[in-house]
Amino acid sequence: MNSVVRLENVSRHFGKVRAVVDLNLEVAAGEVLGLLGHNGAGKSTTMKMILGVLAPSAGQVQVLGENPRGRAAGHLRLQLGYLPENVSFYDNLSGREVLRYFARLKRIEIKHADHLLERVGLGEAADRRVRTYSKGMRQRLGLAQALLGAPKLLLLDEPTVGLDPIATRDVYDMINELRETGTSVILSSHVLAGVEKHLDRVAILAHGRLQADGTIDALRAQADLPLRIRARTTSLNGQVNERLAGLGLSARAVRADLIEFDAPASRKLEIMRALLADDDVSDVHVDAPSLESLYTHFNRLADAPEDANA
Amino acid sequence: MREIAIVAAKEFRDGLRNRWVLATTLAFAVLAIALAWFGAAAAGQIGFTRISTTIVSLASLAVFLIPLIALMMAYDSIVGEDEKGTLLLLMTYPISRVGLLAGKFLGHAGMLALSTALGFGIAAAVIGLVAEEAAFADLVGPFSLFIASAILLGWAFLALAYLISTITREKARAAGLALLAWFVFVLIYDLALLGVLVGTEGRVDQGLFQVLLLINPTDVFRLVNLTGFEEAAAASGMLSVVAEQGFSVGRLMAILAAWTVLPLALAAALFAARRH
Repeated sequence: MNSVVRLENVSRHFGKVRAVVDLNLEVAAGEVLGLLGHNGAGKSTTMKMILGVLAPSAGQVQVLGENPRGRAAGHLRLQLGYLPENVSFYDNLSGREVLRYFARLKRIEIKHADHLLERVGLGEAADRRVRTYSKGMRQRLGLAQALLGAPKLLLLDEPTVGLDPIATRDVYDMINELRETGTSVILSSHVLAGVEKHLDRVAILAHGRLQADGTIDALRAQADLPLRIRARTTSLNGQVNERLAGLGLSARAVRADLIEFDAPASRKLEIMRALLADDDVSDVHVDAPSLESLYTHFNRLADAPEDANA
Repeated sequence: MREIAIVAAKEFRDGLRNRWVLATTLAFAVLAIALAWFGAAAAGQIGFTRISTTIVSLASLAVFLIPLIALMMAYDSIVGEDEKGTLLLLMTYPISRVGLLAGKFLGHAGMLALSTALGFGIAAAVIGLVAEEAAFADLVGPFSLFIASAILLGWAFLALAYLISTITREKARAAGLALLAWFVFVLIYDLALLGVLVGTEGRVDQGLFQVLLLINPTDVFRLVNLTGFEEAAAASGMLSVVAEQGFSVGRLMAILAAWTVLPLALAAALFAARRH
């Protein structure tokens, strides 16, 4: 198998708390997987099991074909990069000293560490103490640390939390670069806006269970959420409304010259043709369900049976 | 092994950087020189009197100071990394928990040994140069023993600090426990023993009493530095019970060493057995 990460029926309990339940997940080489879920959904626990820091209570974890807690673990760790959530590095050391320390531990030449500092844009601040770094600079340092030794698999736990939009974009630019070199990336996030175009696949966790797993298009098909269509009309909406009523749809008037309605994705073209045939329509806007609405949808599904049981 | 050296080197360098080493070295040197000159002030004399007086008063001071310094130096060694998140990160590196603990301990132990040897060594040199009554040849023996036992005492409390740091999950709690350990070993333990002794009007089994004294590393440290001087033993109160038995210095040093090894081994075992 070519999968870089392979989880088979993996569970992890902490006492009575079931953090991860019967999880099956695979990540291929060069794939960017988004691990989405609320706080406490099991994202960090899953990452820790992949890293070999936590042992699964049941099931099998394989990373690059090896057991991350087995005999090959030491060698395996050299090929993994990890950025934990909320890590604060040694405040009294400079960025360069911090990165060199981790480079030594990972048996990597010092010059690579210095090169990485340049790459994440910390070249100028490298000799300042970490104490003086902004949140974004600390996160860059963390990312440089994760990139030490050109890992084959990168695990980033909430890499963009607390970052401004430009710093966030930089992080995703770097992830895109890595993907092109064949690095697999697993990143968890609950900031969903704008993330979807950077992810090859999405896995949604809720209550430790996998709710959905697939490309965003596949999840859209699976969720079958309606499209939201807006049409701008030049005159009053009456004629357009009639036409839509003929198709069994009813539109809301957002403004005097703007209507909005939901329609199943399967009828998209049919509806578009009808709207375009109307001379009164001056503009049409179609929104596919966003990652956020997919996320909400699958989380609601996860909560529904629990509510019924309660 | 390489990883242990890397961690130890970083810890040691941190100690130099944040001036732990400088501050403790200076404190030891200044206090030792001051005690050498004013140690006999209570007897109406000022100036260097005799080596035995100096060593005995140094030991009384070191027994308070060194445990406190060692505990404060290392109480957050593990729990601090845990709170920062770097412990989790380091666990994904090719280093084991025991390796990390060993490396950090070696770094701290090196710092403490360096400042103890330097601080008291400087004091001995100054006394030898300035005081006419003191010859270098006479100073070397007692001061060497004093420094060696002080280093072992420091290591024992470092090991205790590591134990505290591995069993706690919050820095504040670790700091509290470290202070509590200091109070118990340095102040309360001897007071309690004295209380027992007075309360029973001295009718305590001699053997049991000896064992109780030898359990506390601070008492062992004082014994090491008292047994060398007959006249000092007379001035040492309760400890004379044991001092008269003439325990060999080697045996006492071995007990101090055990006080380093056992808590550290326990800390390593507990740390290695952590689930996450």
